[in-house]
Amino acid sequence: MRFRNGILAALAATVLAFSQGADAKTFKWAFQGDAQSLDPHGLNETFSLGYLGNVYEGLTAYSANLELIPALAESWETTSPTTWVFKLRQGVKFHNGNDFTADDVIFSWKRTLTEGSDQKVRGALIKSITKVDDHTIRVETPGPIPTLARELVWLYIMDKEWAETNNAVEAESPKEADTSGKFASLNANGTGPFMIVERQPDVKSVFKRFNNYWKDIKSNVDEVIFTPISQDATRVAALLSGELDLAYPIPVQDWDRLTKADGVSPLTGPEARTIFLGMDQDRDELLSSNIKGKNPFKDLRVRQAFAHALNLDAIKEKIMRGAATPSGLMVAPQINGHNPALNQPYAYDPAKSKRLLAEAGYPDGFELTMDCPNNRYVNDERICQAVVGMLAKVGVKVDLLAQPKSKYFAKVLAQNDYDTSFYLLGWTPGSIDSHNVLQNLLVCRNKETKAGQFNLGGYCNPKVDELSSQIGGETDPDKRQELIDAAFQIHKDDVGHLPIHQQPLSWGVRDGVTVAQRADNVLDFRNVVLP
Amino acid sequence: MIAFIIRRFLQSVLVMLTVALIAFGLFRYVGDPINNMVGQDTSLQEREALREGLGLDDPFVVQFGRFVVNAVQGEFGISYRHRRPVEDLIAERLPATLELSIVAALIALLVGVPMGVYTGLHREGFLSRVFMTLSLIGVSLPTFLIGILLILLFGVVLRWLPTFGRGDVVDLGWWTTGLLTVSGAKALIMPSITLALFQMTLIMRLVRSEMLEVLRTDYIKFARARGLANRAINFGHALKNTLVPVITITGLQLGSIIAFAIITESVFQWPGMGLLFIQAINEVDIPVMSAYLCMIALFFVIINLIVDLLYYAVDPRLRIDSTVVGRHG
Amino acid sequence: MTVGAHLVDGVRRFRDSDVYYSFKRSPVTMVAAVVTAIFLISALFAPWLAPHQPFDPATVELLDAFTPPVWEAGGDPRFLLGTDDQGRDMLSTIMYGARISLGVGFAAVAFAMVIGVSLGLVSGYLGGAIDAVIMRVADIQLSFPAILIALLIDGVARSLLPRDMHGEVAIYVLVFAIGISGWVQYARTVRGSTMVEKNKEYVQAAHVMGIPPMLIMLRHVLPNVMGPVLVIGTIHLAVAIITEATLSFLGVGVPPTSPSLGTLIRVGNDFLFSGEWWITIFPGAALALLVLAVNLLGDWLRDALNPKLR
Repeated sequence: MRFRNGILAALAATVLAFSQGADAKTFKWAFQGDAQSLDPHGLNETFSLGYLGNVYEGLTAYSANLELIPALAESWETTSPTTWVFKLRQGVKFHNGNDFTADDVIFSWKRTLTEGSDQKVRGALIKSITKVDDHTIRVETPGPIPTLARELVWLYIMDKEWAETNNAVEAESPKEADTSGKFASLNANGTGPFMIVERQPDVKSVFKRFNNYWKDIKSNVDEVIFTPISQDATRVAALLSGELDLAYPIPVQDWDRLTKADGVSPLTGPEARTIFLGMDQDRDELLSSNIKGKNPFKDLRVRQAFAHALNLDAIKEKIMRGAATPSGLMVAPQINGHNPALNQPYAYDPAKSKRLLAEAGYPDGFELTMDCPNNRYVNDERICQAVVGMLAKVGVKVDLLAQPKSKYFAKVLAQNDYDTSFYLLGWTPGSIDSHNVLQNLLVCRNKETKAGQFNLGGYCNPKVDELSSQIGGETDPDKRQELIDAAFQIHKDDVGHLPIHQQPLSWGVRDGVTVAQRADNVLDFRNVVLP
Repeated sequence: MIAFIIRRFLQSVLVMLTVALIAFGLFRYVGDPINNMVGQDTSLQEREALREGLGLDDPFVVQFGRFVVNAVQGEFGISYRHRRPVEDLIAERLPATLELSIVAALIALLVGVPMGVYTGLHREGFLSRVFMTLSLIGVSLPTFLIGILLILLFGVVLRWLPTFGRGDVVDLGWWTTGLLTVSGAKALIMPSITLALFQMTLIMRLVRSEMLEVLRTDYIKFARARGLANRAINFGHALKNTLVPVITITGLQLGSIIAFAIITESVFQWPGMGLLFIQAINEVDIPVMSAYLCMIALFFVIINLIVDLLYYAVDPRLRIDSTVVGRHG
Repeated sequence: MTVGAHLVDGVRRFRDSDVYYSFKRSPVTMVAAVVTAIFLISALFAPWLAPHQPFDPATVELLDAFTPPVWEAGGDPRFLLGTDDQGRDMLSTIMYGARISLGVGFAAVAFAMVIGVSLGLVSGYLGGAIDAVIMRVADIQLSFPAILIALLIDGVARSLLPRDMHGEVAIYVLVFAIGISGWVQYARTVRGSTMVEKNKEYVQAAHVMGIPPMLIMLRHVLPNVMGPVLVIGTIHLAVAIITEATLSFLGVGVPPTSPSLGTLIRVGNDFLFSGEWWITIFPGAALALLVLAVNLLGDWLRDALNPKLR
């Protein structure tokens, strides 16, 4: 009898599951990987932060067009170049029912500075926060930071009491398998429009609408089911078969197929991410090359030779199927500070490239290893393969080491002492401003200030550094643009990096479903409307 | 009998210890437990303290002993990737894999045995040749290719079946099942067929060759000479004698099915242990790898043990001299 | 007798043999043999036979990418079966891919054979504790599918070796992994025969005469087990090729810079929906055809060498 009861219970559960599904609007979507953790300060990565942006919120937010809009802060003003006063929104509740106050903001900021945090760079933009009253705070910055409000979009606010009760006061890094604190990695309690009700990492997440959300949003979704599907073919097949409302990324070669298929369409646009190549110009001898005793990349002519060996149009046509914008700058057109006049790529001229190599003393080229992710950017490994082929034609023999992003980043980033000679990387400035690119990618590496942390090749020109710090404090837009142009021009003349293109946003959407495709490739449930 | 069981049991324990040793080696020496537990900023002294706290300075035997004791209790540490106890992860994923494997095994048996009997009885028949050719094609096409083709046909072109995942599952507390919901059952069809195909051909060929072998034996010839009906001979004597090795192999293959599920799960994004394992390999998530290894070994050992005992019970010849226990295949 | 006479004699004996007779009688087997031979030749001589050098990046032109097969609209006579996403000639890529697949397959089989046969001989002849240990290990290993063992070895190798070395050693790791997971069947077969031969009088006699026992075993057991070992080897070759393809498909096999058939299928899989079917279908068909042919040969060989079934 017990057995039969079990079956009955199961059947009842089934019926319940069905009846629930009848009127509730469920939005199903898939991405190629999962959020690494639910801790909002654990990992500074676009997808994880975008995913959590539906659950947690910062003081400010981005609209569908990446305009800065108020979120948990109603308004703000700068009372001096280094002092900001934020008026916090009243009546906002966390998912557990707690009220949102100034204490939560201060707590969350401090949490970004704890050891496990991957948001230390953002946290360091703030010197101190003073609580004026429960819903007013005064923020002091170490220097003038005009883009502070933009950076705060990604500094999510956590409930102080919730964190303290659950022993989650310190940020939990997904990079460490520490046993002590992991509550915040597995549970979430924000102020956002959706709550996470079920989560199996790498398998499934279920979000439910939070009824006490402070803002009216246009979404009519009650429930969101997210499934990570790593295989491109499986993800596309699932969308085509009608099991998903939205899937991304869609391989560019499948756009045609989506257009022709019934019931789904590709949704595409230019992403604000610039894909580029970097060269180790720091070491006296390359880690992986047959040239010993010197570093060919320290010679400008070699860098120029590389630049002129690349046929960006062929990459655009054949690998990106026309869906990319070849680039001469390290920032995309959507980014504040982009200047179309400077965006002309280096000319494709293999003969010149050979000549330059010969002049530099490498008439027969040389050998080196290239590091490349194979599951991070659109067609990343194929781009690298194409680059290998193009360089082979001017005599440079490149050994390609393409790996999954987890291993790739573990090898090339600061944690591993920048173990790379030649690499492919992509960058979207979180603040949608050129200064972020200068500060992270172009200035000389500095261990203390963490400046140039993602300048993996160690490009270093003090003039760029000087300009970058001026830009950081400059508030006059025209003057600022001049400084940005000057910095980018120097970098371009130095061939500090080799920009390739802006990759496309590539989503597939079921017909009738409305979503907003943000240029930073973030899916905001607030903009999802089901038929 | 008792001696035989005890010996087999001791052998099983030995096997498990060996596997545990490999798993421990992986855990202790391949993955650096310290590096994976602390941040970059942790000082050398703190690392040493942690090292001592974890007992990593103890003699090898002590550490291994501790590993075994923990493993027996089902504790394999914390996954580097998921930051959760590995045993929880496995418990979560186990039902998906077992359900898939058992359904696949049933399909393989229910289709493979009749096909094998038929091809064994009608060696030169047209249908037999078709079956044999199909079975050869079946073993020659890699599983992943079959999966992809099925997805393309039934998922994308015809849109009959879901292409990934388990569909809706019912949580029974200790088990999650997709068999009780329509979407769950539909989601099971393609992966289980993909997984079953290889085993099906294996079983079919095995049954066929056993049938052929048995039909040649003297006692079958004698039965024919006695004038027994064909049907009685074929099913009463031949099939019965064929079944012993078939049971053995099928039983043993259940373990293989669970392991082969790695490929199927990865093609269909089936949230089972195989997918967990392949992700662990890609991410070098050592605790998950070593736990999976121990799990699978345990399955195999248990299955082997049961099969051997059954074999022993079924085949009286083995009782005379248990030293010649040998399996077909 | 001269070597030539030996050879002629051998050929004549082969032509009179049952094996050759059954080969002649089976058209399917003959086709399979021809297919296998074509694969072997084109793999072996790929550098000379292939119309292009697909793995010399200097000769590959990205702008040739996605050329369809020559009979389709837009085809290019330079590329009989079309080109892949990098502009490499599919036909040449498949020939080179088969070279790697077959190379890994043969190497793994040879490796397994050497280990299996030697352990089988030792185990069968010496018996006792050594036999028990070897057979227990065999039992344990037999209960794990090859793919799992190979995955595991590959995983361990990956975490032990420095990352830059993966590409270079990937093929050796594969050969080792696939080979080590397949030695058991050889060992069991050889062991059985050895145990039978061991007690025969001539062995005892030879022993008394002072001829080293292992030499006797080698000389008398090996010829007897060559047939079964060959059958196992052929079928193992098919399994090895599939295992390699599967591992490469799962992304832990050979790197895409020197792709095997499995890697080619994995890469082509990305173009399954986009209309460039030839990038997946040709390597897939080549793999299936190769394995099928080898399997057919193995099947026939088994039946031909096992007169009981004829």
